[in-house]
Amino acid sequence: MKALSCDVLVIGGGPAGLAAAVSAREAGAEEIILLERNNELGGILPQCIHTGFGVRVFGQDLSGPEYAWRWIRRAREADLRLLSETMVLSLSPERRVIATNSRDGLLEISARAIVLAMGCRERPRGALSIPGTRPAGVYTAGTAQRLVNIEGYMPGERFVILGSGDIGMIMARRLTLEGATVVEVLEIQPYLSGLRRNLVQCIRDFGIPLSLCTTVTEVRGRDRVEAVVASQVDAQWRPIAGTERIIPCDTLLLSVGLIPENEISRMAGVPIDPVTGGPYVDQDFSTRLPGIYAAGNVVHVYDLVDDVTESALRAGRCAARFAQQGTKERGPGVRTEAGENVRYVVPHTLYAEALAEEPITLHLRVRQPIERAVRLEATLGGRVLASRRLRYVRPGEMASLVLPSEAAPHLAAAREGDALRIRVIA
Amino acid sequence: MPSELYDVIIIGAGVVGSLIARALARYEARILLLDKASDVGEGTTKANTAIVHAGYDAKPGSLKAKLNVAGNALFDQVCGELDVAFERCGTYVVATSPEETATLHTLYERGRENGVPGLHLLSAEEMRRREPAITPHVAGALWAETGGIVDPFALCYAAAENAVTNGVRLLLETEAIGWLKEDHRIAGVITNRGLFRGRWFVIAAGLWADDLLHRAGLDGFAITPRKGEYFVLDREAAQQVRSVLFPCPTPISKGILVTRTIHGNVMLGPNAQDVTDKEDLRTTPEGLEEVMTGALKLVPGLERRHIIRTFAGLRATGNTGDFYIAQPPEAPGLIVLAGIESPGLTASPAIAEYVVEMLREAGLRLAERRDYNPIRKGTPRFADLSDAEREALIAQDPRWGRIICRCEMVTEAEVVAACHAPIPARTYDALKRRTRIGTGRCQGGFDTPLVLNIMARELGLSPLEITQKGGASRMVVRHTKDPLQGKEGER
Ligand SMILES: Cc1cc2nc3c(=O)[nH]c(=O)nc-3n(C[C@H](O)[C@H](O)[C@H](O)COP(=O)(O)OP(=O)(O)OC[C@H]3O[C@@H](n4cnc5c(N)ncnc54)[C@H](O)[C@@H]3O)c2cc1C
Ligand SMILES: Cc1cc2nc3c(=O)[nH]c(=O)nc-3n(C[C@H](O)[C@H](O)[C@H](O)COP(=O)(O)OP(=O)(O)OC[C@H]3O[C@@H](n4cnc5c(N)ncnc54)[C@H](O)[C@@H]3O)c2cc1C
Repeated sequence: MKALSCDVLVIGGGPAGLAAAVSAREAGAEEIILLERNNELGGILPQCIHTGFGVRVFGQDLSGPEYAWRWIRRAREADLRLLSETMVLSLSPERRVIATNSRDGLLEISARAIVLAMGCRERPRGALSIPGTRPAGVYTAGTAQRLVNIEGYMPGERFVILGSGDIGMIMARRLTLEGATVVEVLEIQPYLSGLRRNLVQCIRDFGIPLSLCTTVTEVRGRDRVEAVVASQVDAQWRPIAGTERIIPCDTLLLSVGLIPENEISRMAGVPIDPVTGGPYVDQDFSTRLPGIYAAGNVVHVYDLVDDVTESALRAGRCAARFAQQGTKERGPGVRTEAGENVRYVVPHTLYAEALAEEPITLHLRVRQPIERAVRLEATLGGRVLASRRLRYVRPGEMASLVLPSEAAPHLAAAREGDALRIRVIA
Repeated sequence: MPSELYDVIIIGAGVVGSLIARALARYEARILLLDKASDVGEGTTKANTAIVHAGYDAKPGSLKAKLNVAGNALFDQVCGELDVAFERCGTYVVATSPEETATLHTLYERGRENGVPGLHLLSAEEMRRREPAITPHVAGALWAETGGIVDPFALCYAAAENAVTNGVRLLLETEAIGWLKEDHRIAGVITNRGLFRGRWFVIAAGLWADDLLHRAGLDGFAITPRKGEYFVLDREAAQQVRSVLFPCPTPISKGILVTRTIHGNVMLGPNAQDVTDKEDLRTTPEGLEEVMTGALKLVPGLERRHIIRTFAGLRATGNTGDFYIAQPPEAPGLIVLAGIESPGLTASPAIAEYVVEMLREAGLRLAERRDYNPIRKGTPRFADLSDAEREALIAQDPRWGRIICRCEMVTEAEVVAACHAPIPARTYDALKRRTRIGTGRCQGGFDTPLVLNIMARELGLSPLEITQKGGASRMVVRHTKDPLQGKEGER
């Protein structure tokens, strides 16, 4: 088996992996290897041929491939060792990776520090247990997106889209532009699960009906999908008898959620937060295993690539520092805690020393939408350390709150068990 | 071609028909195996619980009892020769109340009468020790050492492949629709591809056996499809289940069980619901709920978030309560296998031998072939290999280094091999049964675009021609930038 070693090893060549690798180089790491299982770099972006990427990072509204290209170019310039079509098979807590590709066979790579950047995958039909037949023509929206935008094939002609996730809405527009009919978009919750801008630009502008509180209760068709049965649901998501509608279609697209891809992380024993589906991380995106960092959608599912890039820059920089300096002894840090109307907060743990060096951005998702001005507040032992007004909060749109460096002394003074509590005040 | 005379024509390439074909391939005989589906094993063989039953269920003296016990004993040899995954992990019937422990004794006695070796009654504590996740209400259990789990698809296509490499002719997408009678004897089978003449005709058509009998003018036997629904759970759930857990049986079924599968997933089901349509493989909200409720009674810690798939199968329940394997005197030339419901998979190797003996007794000359080879070697599974074995394969052929299905770790080499096997995988589902591609937690989300291209390349087709399971089940329907194609009336 071919053996390699390096300072920083990045697993996954999407925007997170690319940014982490580039910033590890900038922070002085010497040997950097990036492994990507696809034949192209850029992660999910090459198939996202719409715009909406990079407004913050580059001050320009780019398409996915353009955004990816900028980072691929930077990665090339940074003289990294980029191995594509290379799949990581396993990872040990001692930071040894086994990977495979057709050129080298099996590779064993020992790294001083690792950045996990495997992105996420889509929830399939089985996860929802939709009853009915099992014909051809049921796809996740991202798979359909790849078929259409990369392979050049249409998976069907008449679509029903279940779930108002961003990929589903973007595909509604894309399929319409390709001459197919999108009959309806169905969403089980009383609110949108993706970004409002996609509702406007991809659904409303094309006159596609969206039905909230509605789900698919049966798939029909023997060889190929022939129809779906849609039903309204009550507050517990139970179908309401008598509301069934038969919607003829030949394809059902699912845009019902993304799951961080942490099989490899689990193998190494990286502790995973059941709420986000990603590793528990601190402000440096260090997981709870020393020397193993995580960046991008593998931590929690971001809406915007700009946030992914920014978080990955930090992860890469901190991984480089770990590779150079090793572990510093430090205490347990201060936990963050999801308070009223907050589903989760990332990072999970904060250290005062790190906060003293630079501010920390907290990312969070709310449980319920509130369509009027609210205040977001972070408190520690009753003291408000940061707060911010927002015009609204929506579960489909990640919110953020910056913890200023001035708050570092309060973190340092926190007693064991104290948590930084983040809540939405309506 | 249709004028060629076969010694035996087998209708139905499920596990039963395929194993019969293989058993006959040992002899100098012209054998034809037909199936209406696009692959072998597309009937009940692909949707069942995959348990190799020990044999304590069936009524003593019945054909079911006899062939179950005999079939079970043949599994090590058959699966060894055919390179099919099989594990004698043992099965348990779990009593969840003191009253149910009486049933365990009944089953134990019945098993002894049927000649089942290795039956033991276990205490509740012993059962808890063996399966720590079992319900706290466990009151005792029956342990059947000889019970096991198998890959039922593999058993079927491996047997059919071995038959084909030993000279059996296989025709897929060939449906028997009637019979040619000459001199009061069945002399040919009429299909959508024409007439095939033969001396003997074996009906191994599962749910459709009664229809084929009707077409030969025989009306006594009727099959009622009885549906069973299932959940498949992610491997993570396998931490809760080490073997096969049955509840105490009811008069109509063995009950909803919780089992580890041979590939390391967990499966829950089946319930039992009579239906009218032999193609009604729908899952239903009520059925799935019943299955989940039943499974939770045995293992209360099962989690819904581990569900990765649901499916349903149809039992070919006959009106005699037993397997019906006979040569109806009204239709000489026919051998009928009907009502081959559970434990049909377990019994299948014994059924095959039984049918060979029937044919021999009926006068078919069976001379052993000198060049018969009972051994079939499957393609290795990358996921199951050691690192050294993986290295060696990649060195031989770089396609072993390219992973196509991330969840089940299937490589391009395995996909290519399946496309060129003695029975090539020509549909996505056929490929899935052979390689496990698309059966993991992402359910094909990652591999589908890759597989479409590889299959098209290997089979000399366009991706537009690749189907999920034959017929109209195309996976993609047209090129992009070609909006008129496929729209009626606009061309
Ligand atoms: C349809 C869609 C529309 C979007 N629209 C916008 C938008 O308009 N604006 C915006 O800002 N953001 C948008 N986003 C979000 C943004 O694209 C994602 O947040 C971003 O791509 C996440 O980056 P990542 O690197 O974490 O993951 P990914 O892009 O998923 O990259 C992960 C990479 O890791 C690789 N990998 C995984 N496992 C392994 C392994 N075992 N071995 C080797 N490699 C592995 C994968 O192949 C992949 O290339 C959109 C996303 C989607 C899906
Ligand atoms: C829910 C359920 C659970 C079960 N669990 C178990 C178990 O755990 N253990 C066990 O031992 N058994 C079990 N069984 C039983 C077992 O699955 C069956 O006995 C076995 O698969 C029957 O195989 P077969 O070849 O007879 O039928 P099938 O697999 O149905 O094969 C019949 C074939 O005939 C073809 N065919 C039909 N009509 C025609 C025609 N006119 N022309 C051409 N071809 C035709 C079909 O396409 C099909 O491929 C279970 C069954 C069910 C439904």
